[in-house]
Amino acid sequence: MTDADGAPGLTPSQTVGPYFHYMLTPRSYGGREIVNSDLTTQGIAGERLRIEGRVFDADGAPISDAMVEIWQADAHGAFAHPASPKAASNGFRGFGRCPTDAHGAYAFDTIMPGVVETFDGRPQSPHISVNVFARGVLKQLATRIYFAGRADLADDPALLLVPDERRGTLLAPEIAKGLREFNIRLGGETETVFFDI
Amino acid sequence: MTYPRGGLNAHPPSLHPPYASTVKRTPSKPLVLLPHSLGEVTGPVYGHGSVTAAEADLTRQHTGEPLGERIIVTGRVLDEDGRPVPHTLIEVWQANAAGRYIHAKDQHPAPLDPNFTGAGRSMTDAEGRYRLVTVKPGAYPWRNHHNAWRPAHIHFSLFGHSFLSRLVTQMYFPGDPLFPFDPIFNSIPDEQARNRLISRFDLEATEPEWALAYQFDIVLRGRSATPMEEPHDD
Repeated sequence: MTDADGAPGLTPSQTVGPYFHYMLTPRSYGGREIVNSDLTTQGIAGERLRIEGRVFDADGAPISDAMVEIWQADAHGAFAHPASPKAASNGFRGFGRCPTDAHGAYAFDTIMPGVVETFDGRPQSPHISVNVFARGVLKQLATRIYFAGRADLADDPALLLVPDERRGTLLAPEIAKGLREFNIRLGGETETVFFDI
Repeated sequence: MTYPRGGLNAHPPSLHPPYASTVKRTPSKPLVLLPHSLGEVTGPVYGHGSVTAAEADLTRQHTGEPLGERIIVTGRVLDEDGRPVPHTLIEVWQANAAGRYIHAKDQHPAPLDPNFTGAGRSMTDAEGRYRLVTVKPGAYPWRNHHNAWRPAHIHFSLFGHSFLSRLVTQMYFPGDPLFPFDPIFNSIPDEQARNRLISRFDLEATEPEWALAYQFDIVLRGRSATPMEEPHDD
């Protein structure tokens, strides 16, 4: 494990493969879930939000064996993590996991995240961090869900790094009250922007 | 904790055409380099309540004992400075000794084992150590290319300290004759990095008259913050 120079090198990533469900998203196998696609907790403050979307390959074919994970702040911009300056409210964990179905579809029930500043004090538009895992994906792909229509999108430090014509791939439109749509395209004309984190 | 990018070249590239499924599932446009903010340096936290003792022993989840070679898998979870990552969740899944997953989509004509599910969890202790008991998984065929067989492996999923340290990987067994032919294993370009996925036979942890042990240490992203570095300078 230790390289010749004595420093331990990172353990490389490998694909999640097609057979992860009975461990990572085990509901249909009767397994014990530690996380699922419902992030809401009793009495949680904030605007309820449902996100629905599909995951597609470069040909536009749905990916039916992907897993989507999300990570987000609560409505006050706090994370359920010791490095967060503010404590997350009401047991909000901020983490969700959902397998895609036969149509490539996934969905999360959560709350609208609050504003989180960058470390140099610039406000970021509310967003949700996303990891996509799948057979054929050797290392998870990271992206962000932003909320179409918000005035602060124009000044978001991360979106400003994204070429204009591609920013739309990160914006989830409100397709019904409290319902946002976020499709993830691993390739093709309207390929989703993925981040090197 | 800081998250330098220097070690990231240990990972496989997204596109590795010998592994056919990567071709349509790889972004064609460059990734956008993202400076880290609080949402990257934080991540899901799972405490001891997340794991039951039974989950770390995959041979005791049913009424009888599974068939196959009982093994112990043990190791440490470390950061890039070699410091332990304590109290972090590990999730594992694998095929049974015959090379068959209980997964509904696995159609390999090898027997299922009514005494083996192949799913487990463990939590590292204060020194980053974990221990699992299971059976050695079998190799199994897949349809990537003619006569394609995956070397025996156990899937691992870990969180570590943050969103940045999230890792899904596979542990292999020493001396597997299938290594040269497996495009997933060989997707990792650096030989040293690739070999880090091969567990080591561990005579010390082997229990006499009971089970062979394999050691698999896992190094997650992140370095301990030092006063010499800007704490939040990506």
